[in-house]
Amino acid sequence: MSSPAFPYLTVLILVPAGAGILAAGLPGRSRLATKAIGWAGSLATLGFSIAMAVQFATRHGGFQMVSNHPWASSLGISWTLGVDGISLFLVLMTAILFPIALAASGERAGERSFVAWMMVLEAGCVGSFLSLDLIMFFLFFELTLVPVYFLMTGWGHERRGYAATKFFLYTLGASAFLLVGMLALVAIHAGQTGVTTFDIRALAHTRLSSATAIVLFLAFTAAFAVKAPIFPFHTWSPDAYRESPVAGSVVLAGVMAKLGTYGIIRFDLELFPRAVVDLAPVLITLGVIGIIYGGIVAAVQKDLKRLVAYSSLAHLGFIVVGAFALTGPALSGAVIQMVNHGIYTAALFLLIAMIYKRIGSFSTRDLSGIQHKAPVLAGIFTLTMLASIGVPGLNGFVGEFLILTGTWLTHRWWAVAATAGVVIAAIYLLWAYQQVFHGKPTAAEANFTEITWREGLFMAPLVAVIVFLGVYPGPVLSRITPSVDRLVTHIEQVAHPRIPPNGRPIYTAAKRTGSGGAK
Amino acid sequence: MSGFLATSGFAIPHIDYTALLPELIMIGGAILLLGIGALRVRHLPPRVYSALTGATGVASLVAGIFLWDKVHGAGHPFAAVAKSLAVDGFSTAFVILASAIIIVSSLLSNDYLEREGVIGPEYHALTLLSASGAMLMAAANDFIVIFLGLEILSIPLYILAALDQRRAESGEAGMKYFVLGAFSSAIFVYGIALTYGATGSTNLAQIAAYLSHNVSTNDGLLLAGAGLLLVGFLFKVAAVPFHMWTPDVYQGAPTPATGFMAAIAKVGGFAALLRVFFTSFHVLSSSWQPIIWVVAILTLVVGAVLGLVQRDIKRMLAYSSINHAGFILLGLEAASTKGISAALYYVFIYSFLVLGSFAVVTLVGGKGDREHSIESFRGLGRRQPLLALALAILLLAQAGAPFTTGFLGKLYVVEAAVSAHSYALAVIAMLTGAIAAAFYLRVVFVMYGTRPAPAGAPIEPAGGPQLASAGASPEIGSPLGASYSPLSAATLVATEQETGSEVGPTSSNPPAAPIRLSFATALGLALTVGVTVVFGIWPAPIFSLAHSASLLFI
Repeated sequence: MSSPAFPYLTVLILVPAGAGILAAGLPGRSRLATKAIGWAGSLATLGFSIAMAVQFATRHGGFQMVSNHPWASSLGISWTLGVDGISLFLVLMTAILFPIALAASGERAGERSFVAWMMVLEAGCVGSFLSLDLIMFFLFFELTLVPVYFLMTGWGHERRGYAATKFFLYTLGASAFLLVGMLALVAIHAGQTGVTTFDIRALAHTRLSSATAIVLFLAFTAAFAVKAPIFPFHTWSPDAYRESPVAGSVVLAGVMAKLGTYGIIRFDLELFPRAVVDLAPVLITLGVIGIIYGGIVAAVQKDLKRLVAYSSLAHLGFIVVGAFALTGPALSGAVIQMVNHGIYTAALFLLIAMIYKRIGSFSTRDLSGIQHKAPVLAGIFTLTMLASIGVPGLNGFVGEFLILTGTWLTHRWWAVAATAGVVIAAIYLLWAYQQVFHGKPTAAEANFTEITWREGLFMAPLVAVIVFLGVYPGPVLSRITPSVDRLVTHIEQVAHPRIPPNGRPIYTAAKRTGSGGAK
Repeated sequence: MSGFLATSGFAIPHIDYTALLPELIMIGGAILLLGIGALRVRHLPPRVYSALTGATGVASLVAGIFLWDKVHGAGHPFAAVAKSLAVDGFSTAFVILASAIIIVSSLLSNDYLEREGVIGPEYHALTLLSASGAMLMAAANDFIVIFLGLEILSIPLYILAALDQRRAESGEAGMKYFVLGAFSSAIFVYGIALTYGATGSTNLAQIAAYLSHNVSTNDGLLLAGAGLLLVGFLFKVAAVPFHMWTPDVYQGAPTPATGFMAAIAKVGGFAALLRVFFTSFHVLSSSWQPIIWVVAILTLVVGAVLGLVQRDIKRMLAYSSINHAGFILLGLEAASTKGISAALYYVFIYSFLVLGSFAVVTLVGGKGDREHSIESFRGLGRRQPLLALALAILLLAQAGAPFTTGFLGKLYVVEAAVSAHSYALAVIAMLTGAIAAAFYLRVVFVMYGTRPAPAGAPIEPAGGPQLASAGASPEIGSPLGASYSPLSAATLVATEQETGSEVGPTSSNPPAAPIRLSFATALGLALTVGVTVVFGIWPAPIFSLAHSASLLFI
């Protein structure tokens, strides 16, 4: 286990947190200094995360750059951070999306509290992805609620109070089960070994009866299913996405939705393999329902933001299906799909915000013929939309393809049903595109301006990532796969103990087909 | 020494005054204050009394720390004054806490006394007496002493509740508290009598020894005694179904007195409750645990659910304190060392949360102490960024936000409950915590989220021409406090001279006069917020205090 002299992971959390505190405590009234702090904080985080990715050892399935310091040692809680192939790209994605979200916020990037909350939120998101200690994860996981609440209430749209409170309470309520589940698991582990620790690497070896494992699995999954959200726990998300300011929508859909699915992969799969095997059909079914239901509801939305919210539900359904198919390719697909979905959903919200800035409406009824006025904007929208549909050559395809091929191996008919979701995605997105961009511009669109240089500048990295990951996902997959294989092997050893520790896992054997096809 | 119960003559026991020093300092301070008040030639300004009270608190804190050092350093707790006082980690931890409450409360109540023109030292003298009662309850090793402590704690609180003569509600609160409190005291005394009848002693250690050496075939008397004692305690800590007085008394009492009462009554009540049920009645735990289980759930649920519908912030905080009492009961229900330590930790951090919250409510209440509807907090984030920030942090901490002591307190008691296999209780507690978060958030939203929308503006307001400067205040010195400054920069104007005209058009109230933060109040608020945030990020000190306090049990 490599442990470099430079504590990358701790720095990745402390830099944005420090920037947040600095921005909040900044004396004087300088908007320039506030902006500078926001930019410096988020870009430094991006720089450190790239440096971390460079240091990352490719063929290593375990946790790297682990840093471990005691925190509340009388309770067994420690500041334990680590990164593996599953969290690596989520951290990178977070680091990319935050500066872009700041850039897209325009004048607000000069307001002290806005910058402070954004930076605290970034620290919370990165911290959640990097924590190996259950309580540290829970702390960061909950910490993200507070800034989002204030971002929504402070800078949101008309019904922000309702949406923010609903979001906060829904997720907080579900977290109750997560916390109790964590404490119960630790108590059981302490009973078996005499060591009170919240380190998941130790807790993964807890022996659980199948009934206990199922109860604990449900407790953990309750929180993650709400956070993601997984059907039927999604009712907060259209409101929250709709009423958030653009930066909030980008972070909520792009990054925070992944906290839920990441939690499922990192904690559910790692800690309760037997329960996962037992309950996988249920969760896959929920995922497929989410895909179909999200698609159908998205098709009837008149509000672009709500449409993307429901399409997000459908895409998260794919990730859930991939995670619970329990095969190497499907799980790799789920991980890369988390990154892909973060990128193109963020891009869609940014584009919708640009339209809103020009017209003042999210409703497809008020919009028409934009492509005549702004062909470049329409072009970028088309590309992003196609990525979201899952057209080959763009990043959305890679994840969905891997998920579907991997799911086919274990859950054939679910894969068939999920494929229908791809078609539905094409229907609602093309439909919306037609209404907004085709047709004749009305009086409202008369002064519709083309995408500005500034807007183009922050869209460019997203477009580049969409195309790059679609054409050449190899470098990403080669870093994800070892960790995914380790996880799948761990699940098989616990769930089917007859397989010898060094034996060839059944499901990972099929992975070559999957990743080969993607390239 | 135990012979003095049995012998016919009344032998005066040896009194270890060092063991009693913190209580004596408190009582001495109260007498000093009253003496000065009676002998004064001319009216002294309230800050003189406040300063004397604060100094008394510091003196007793120092005495408490020395006592802690004695117990902790020597490693053996001891019983003093004919074994009726326990000088152990548990009692000294509460002595330290009660002294800290006095210090903070003396800082936070000064503004109120000056604003309302309260002349004389009575307010502070009563708080000092009440705190000495709480200390006595924590240290008591004998039911008689617990009862003495209970009365010394309660009677000043009845008077404090009724202190504001200009508001009828205050008198009503005092009367209600007094009548119900007297009832509960009577029930408590009856409980002592029955327990004495069953065990032949009022000494906690002797009762514990008696119960562990004798198996009673018919323990109806004992259980009835324990049950009545429990009723007395549950009344004091405002647990359901003995909570009826709480909202009315909290609402009616003068606001700084409410904050003090909420803190000190929980300290005294829980200290004695934990000690009695963890030492004397520990062998009966299979009998009382189910009762505590039910009471805890009722307390949690009633506090959270009824808090949702309150329109008055003092009533809301009353129900919130009921909800918190439920959380602390989780620690008792666990009936383990970890549970005691968790409950102690929770009481500790809750005292600061509630003192700070009520201090902000006092300031916003305005002259006459009447503006306590949640609506009067509308736009506070714009008018008074620092006050709003302090209240937001304290309320979020009460809701259990991460990196505050509120989260750690909830984590600790829930962990204790889970270790004792009370999973259902733990889940219900966290769920009620989420429900309670709704009403804390509503206040925060009223302070920050409600802004007058510019007509026809499609998007959120423009950045605002002038940014508020918050750097001038002492509070900003707390390390993370600053990071919680929501929207303070989004405010258009935050300077004190202009606040009046900046109240949104939605507010029907006359423009509130700017609230001046005196140095004492700022320091007190900075202390409460600082404890909440600093020890939320750096939890080791209070954790180890609570941990060693629960280990060094007599």
